[in-house]
Amino acid sequence: MNDVITAIRTVPLEHYVVLSFILFSIGMAGVLFRRNTIIILMCLELMFNSVNLLLTAFSAHHSDPSGQVFVFFIMLVAAAEVTVGLAILVMMKRNVDSVDINQLNRLKW
Amino acid sequence: MIYLFYLFATISVISALFVVAAKSPVNSVISLIVCFLSIAGHYILLNAQFLAMVHIIVYTGAIMVLFLFVIMLLNLNKSTEPQKSLITRIAAVAAGGLFLLTLLGAIKNGIGIATPGGYDGGIGLVKSVGMSLFTDFLVPFELSSVLFLSAIIGAVMLGKKESTAKQMATGDSAYAGLNQAEHIVR
Repeated sequence: MNDVITAIRTVPLEHYVVLSFILFSIGMAGVLFRRNTIIILMCLELMFNSVNLLLTAFSAHHSDPSGQVFVFFIMLVAAAEVTVGLAILVMMKRNVDSVDINQLNRLKW
Repeated sequence: MIYLFYLFATISVISALFVVAAKSPVNSVISLIVCFLSIAGHYILLNAQFLAMVHIIVYTGAIMVLFLFVIMLLNLNKSTEPQKSLITRIAAVAAGGLFLLTLLGAIKNGIGIATPGGYDGGIGLVKSVGMSLFTDFLVPFELSSVLFLSAIIGAVMLGKKESTAKQMATGDSAYAGLNQAEHIVR
């Protein structure tokens, strides 16, 4: 098990922090960038995953399994969120015949 | 080891950029699958084997297939999607880049973590994650089933063909008709 520990610690924690920051920023820019609702949902998934990666990296470097259990719960919530989000998307396509986010502007201002 | 990290990091960042930049939604989904697989590779590098398997099964196997299914069901695969105005797109990229700069500036002096002494490399295995899940986090685990139940009910309600009000009305009239029939029988 000792070589596993040294192998995990070969990559510094800062690298994982920077990587997940980059992924989160790409997801955030994508949510603001695109008009297609399904791609906005995918960018949300990307942001979820960057947070998951960060939690796992901290958990592995601190040798605390609670972080990985949190990641498991985040995956559960993401699955439920995608189910409801895609149902809303199907309903939106059926009602306004488009998946353009700019069509849904009645709650704006 | 560190080269593997850089390989997976490059793959995930490039495929994440391609998710945002791709014209067709199907290409976006495929590159997001590539991104998720490389993140699963990161989990394996961190010796989080349980999470790597669950990640591949749940995200790549279920959620992304659901996305693909919805895209093909609704025939959304048009490459000519209306784009936002140029100033909005520039503002979006600037917002993302400035957010990244802010986050990087927050950690530029290092994150200053004193790693605790007792170190165990096997915490990502099924045994230890399962022990933690079913002892310390048993109540949230059971509550998540309620969350799933409400998500299923919500998805079924949203995905029905008719509007809910109309359904209620037709249901009421059917009930009234049943009552009338009962009267006639009596």
